[in-house]
Amino acid sequence: MATTTTSRPGRLLIVLAVILVILFGVMGLTKSWQPKLGLDLRGGTTITLTAKSLAGGGQVTAEQLSEAKNIISDRVNGAGVGESDITTSGRDHINVAVPGSNRDDLVKQVGQTALLYFRIVYDAQAGAPLPPTPSTTPTGKPSTSATPKPSSTIKPPSTPATTPKGRAWSSVLSGATPTPTPTPKPSTTPTPTPSTPATPGAQLPKATGDPLKWTPDATTQAAFAAAECATIKKDADPNRDQPDKPLISCDQQGQYKYLLGPAILKGTELSDASAGIPQGGFQWQVNLKFTGEGGKKFLDATTNISQRGQGQNLFAIVLDGVAISTPSVTNPIPGGQAQITGSFSEPEARQLANVLKYGALPVSFETSTVETVSPQLGGDQLSAGIVAGLVGLGLVIIFSFLYYRGLGLVVVLSLAAAAALTYASVVLLGKSIGFTLTLAGIAGLIVAIGITADSFVIYFERLRDEVREGRSLRSSVETGWTRAKHTIIAADSISLLAAVVLYMLAVGGVKGFAFTLGLTTLIDLLVVFIFTKPIVTLLARTDFFGHGHKLSGLDPEHLGVERLPGQMKPTGRPASKSSRPTRKPVGGEL
Amino acid sequence: MSKLGNIGAKLHRGEVSYDFIGKRKLWFSISIALIVISLGGLFARHLALGIEFRGGVEYQTDVKVTSSTVGDFTSAVKATNAKDLGDPVVTTVNDNKVRVQTRPLSQDDIAKVRSAIATEAAVPVDKVSTSQIGASWGSQIANKAIWALIVFLVLVFGVIWAYFREPKASMAAILALIHDVTITVGVYALIGFDVTPSTVIGVLTILGYSLYDTVVVFDKVRENTRGITGSNRFTYSDATNLAVNQTVVRSINTTLIALMPVGSILVVGTVVLGTGPLKDLSLALFVGIAVGAYSSIFIAPALLATFKEREPGMQALRRRVLAKRGATATTASGTPVPVAAGAAATIVNEPSARKQDRPKAGTPVTSSRPVKSSTSAGRPQPTRKPRSKRGK
Repeated sequence: MATTTTSRPGRLLIVLAVILVILFGVMGLTKSWQPKLGLDLRGGTTITLTAKSLAGGGQVTAEQLSEAKNIISDRVNGAGVGESDITTSGRDHINVAVPGSNRDDLVKQVGQTALLYFRIVYDAQAGAPLPPTPSTTPTGKPSTSATPKPSSTIKPPSTPATTPKGRAWSSVLSGATPTPTPTPKPSTTPTPTPSTPATPGAQLPKATGDPLKWTPDATTQAAFAAAECATIKKDADPNRDQPDKPLISCDQQGQYKYLLGPAILKGTELSDASAGIPQGGFQWQVNLKFTGEGGKKFLDATTNISQRGQGQNLFAIVLDGVAISTPSVTNPIPGGQAQITGSFSEPEARQLANVLKYGALPVSFETSTVETVSPQLGGDQLSAGIVAGLVGLGLVIIFSFLYYRGLGLVVVLSLAAAAALTYASVVLLGKSIGFTLTLAGIAGLIVAIGITADSFVIYFERLRDEVREGRSLRSSVETGWTRAKHTIIAADSISLLAAVVLYMLAVGGVKGFAFTLGLTTLIDLLVVFIFTKPIVTLLARTDFFGHGHKLSGLDPEHLGVERLPGQMKPTGRPASKSSRPTRKPVGGEL
Repeated sequence: MSKLGNIGAKLHRGEVSYDFIGKRKLWFSISIALIVISLGGLFARHLALGIEFRGGVEYQTDVKVTSSTVGDFTSAVKATNAKDLGDPVVTTVNDNKVRVQTRPLSQDDIAKVRSAIATEAAVPVDKVSTSQIGASWGSQIANKAIWALIVFLVLVFGVIWAYFREPKASMAAILALIHDVTITVGVYALIGFDVTPSTVIGVLTILGYSLYDTVVVFDKVRENTRGITGSNRFTYSDATNLAVNQTVVRSINTTLIALMPVGSILVVGTVVLGTGPLKDLSLALFVGIAVGAYSSIFIAPALLATFKEREPGMQALRRRVLAKRGATATTASGTPVPVAAGAAATIVNEPSARKQDRPKAGTPVTSSRPVKSSTSAGRPQPTRKPRSKRGK
């Protein structure tokens, strides 16, 4: 029995002290003393979206989900919301957390399907008024010419990489087209109260017949003249981008507005897109591949567009109503394959390819839950959680003192150690992996008080049993521990298993609950091993506990034995019949 | 308290004992009755599914509740003429909150209803909390919960099997678990508590809790039954019963300690917040932990004993034990202990059996080891030669 644990309880306590010093030291260094609170505790909007594949099967891939997350990030950031937190969860959920509770418009924007269309450009103008300088766009020198030049050219893959016309055009706006991430403009007001009565798209008449033959009528022209990119961006209506209607759109920086015809191709008719440097070439380009039907439509479209002459031979790739690229076409492109060339940097090319590839993927979002919690309710929930925790803790402590008397002190100290470890973990996990404490998480912490205290009960009952079986207190502390620790490990493993399964399969608030439950189970194991046990060993050496003081909880009366074994009484040994255990447990050990 | 300590000590020594296992038919009957009632309730009344499962919008805001609050808010919401509004359900929470539930609405209509509520309550719009749930969300949660349940059961079966090296322990534990969940769900159906995703979390958490208790009891059973076939004093059921008795104080304590924090969440959640995840979660936990404690004392060990008693080795042991008891009992009182009662006659009868043992010391009994009279214990004790003299 004389293990290290027995002889050197102090060592384990020092280990615990070191752990605590390190944890709190890190907290001090990073100046993070508060856990990251979930929006249900401080007010804000939490949106859970379920991504669904439209192409049968219903299941989205991890890549699709992550691209969908990026698309949503762009939308949320584009709306000028700061401090938003967008995460994927499980195989098909995307969580959007935005502080502030008045975000009805945001829900609309976030929940829409990513729509990718190819449209013909009829007119292009500066999206006046241009954002005042300083511009945050990476363009550098925003061109103020009324008609923007296309930044890139589209051509069949077989065409030599340098067409004189295409090259000449591509240099003008190089870099302006695919921006890696749209930066929220400082000019965008954070409260997007729609000022215009209706969205520009809604005013436009429906196109009939062949989209290639569509020409803008007077109403559309007027709407286009009146449109401003700032307004268009703010009013992003999920239904704005309708394939059978013309669209007034802007590029990602909001510098140019485009009058676009009805969709000539849908994103779903694009089967693949990739970025690469062609053999023998030296510039990045984006390769497109169309489906059979898409290829035919593309041939028709390019045949039509290429005849329109310079400046008119543009078409736009529109994602979520934003023109992400406006290449020009010089030749009809047969064969279902094409390239977009221009002076792309590698990230630009890759981003455009990704947008095309995944934006083309038929993923729709279903708004599963939207929870808007007012700061007031959040505060109420937080304080209710804290009060419940304190009351629960108080009850457990009172019970421990009543039932275990002096040993109750061990319970209190152990719970305090566990609380310190838990608090530090929650704060540091918030800092490092962005763990947020939600109401369900707090519930998990409170429920865990019971689990933590359970381990002590197992040990103390075991300890008392050992004393009842006739062992001395000091030896009971050790033998009781050897047996209790197996039970504690087994029982805690089951709790941990439950927490892990809950976490893996959970959605929404369950995750926080499962996480804290699992975390505290681990902390419980740690505390029992390196705090509770050594403390009991040390206390057993004191007179108060070791000799079974009336209030120690280990006194003979409290244990229901006549006197503590191993303690010499004037009457001497052998012990009287009744104080000896009359029967050992079946299969009695040792 | 010292009285409790006394009871604990006596339970531990087996002086005081309750025949948990012997009366298993009673417990099984009670549990089967409870399960039947639960399932009946479930089918007859269904679960009161919360808005999270049906889909819809819930609004909540602070307002001084008066007698006209419900009517005022109902008409205010109806006045918005939102499409597909249905009948809004307005409830008050305590005396300071009002809650409105509507069917799923479009974003524009949600905004309209929200501002109507804000106007009625005379608070800014962002003081109105909303919770909007898509119709298919509930089924997703339910699916996930069912998956969690299945995965968990399989894993637990394996873990318990690995830990106890005994598939029967896994089986008993899992049956007890299903028992707990069924009754908890039944309580929900019968009382008509709202079932929300938080409730589901609570029920899933019960799984862990119930097993935690069961594992502790089984651990003691294992300890008590180690090498049991080597003697002929106790049947498996006897040893199990002793284990339950020895852990019953612990079970009650851990259950009380677990219920205290859960109870405080329940009370605080209900009093301060009125409704919401705290209340739903803790209510399920509260019911489940109580049922779990019952099953870990009365059901799981009894199931384990029932399963184990079917093993040939254990049956042989039982025959030996009964033969021994029968012999002692017959010679002592002349009335043979009926075999059927013998199954239930366990440690409860021990004190009397022990008394009968004393005068009969030396009576030939079937025993694996020689028994001779020993005055210190007041009954015959098996003896064993020192290892050096055993020669094996």
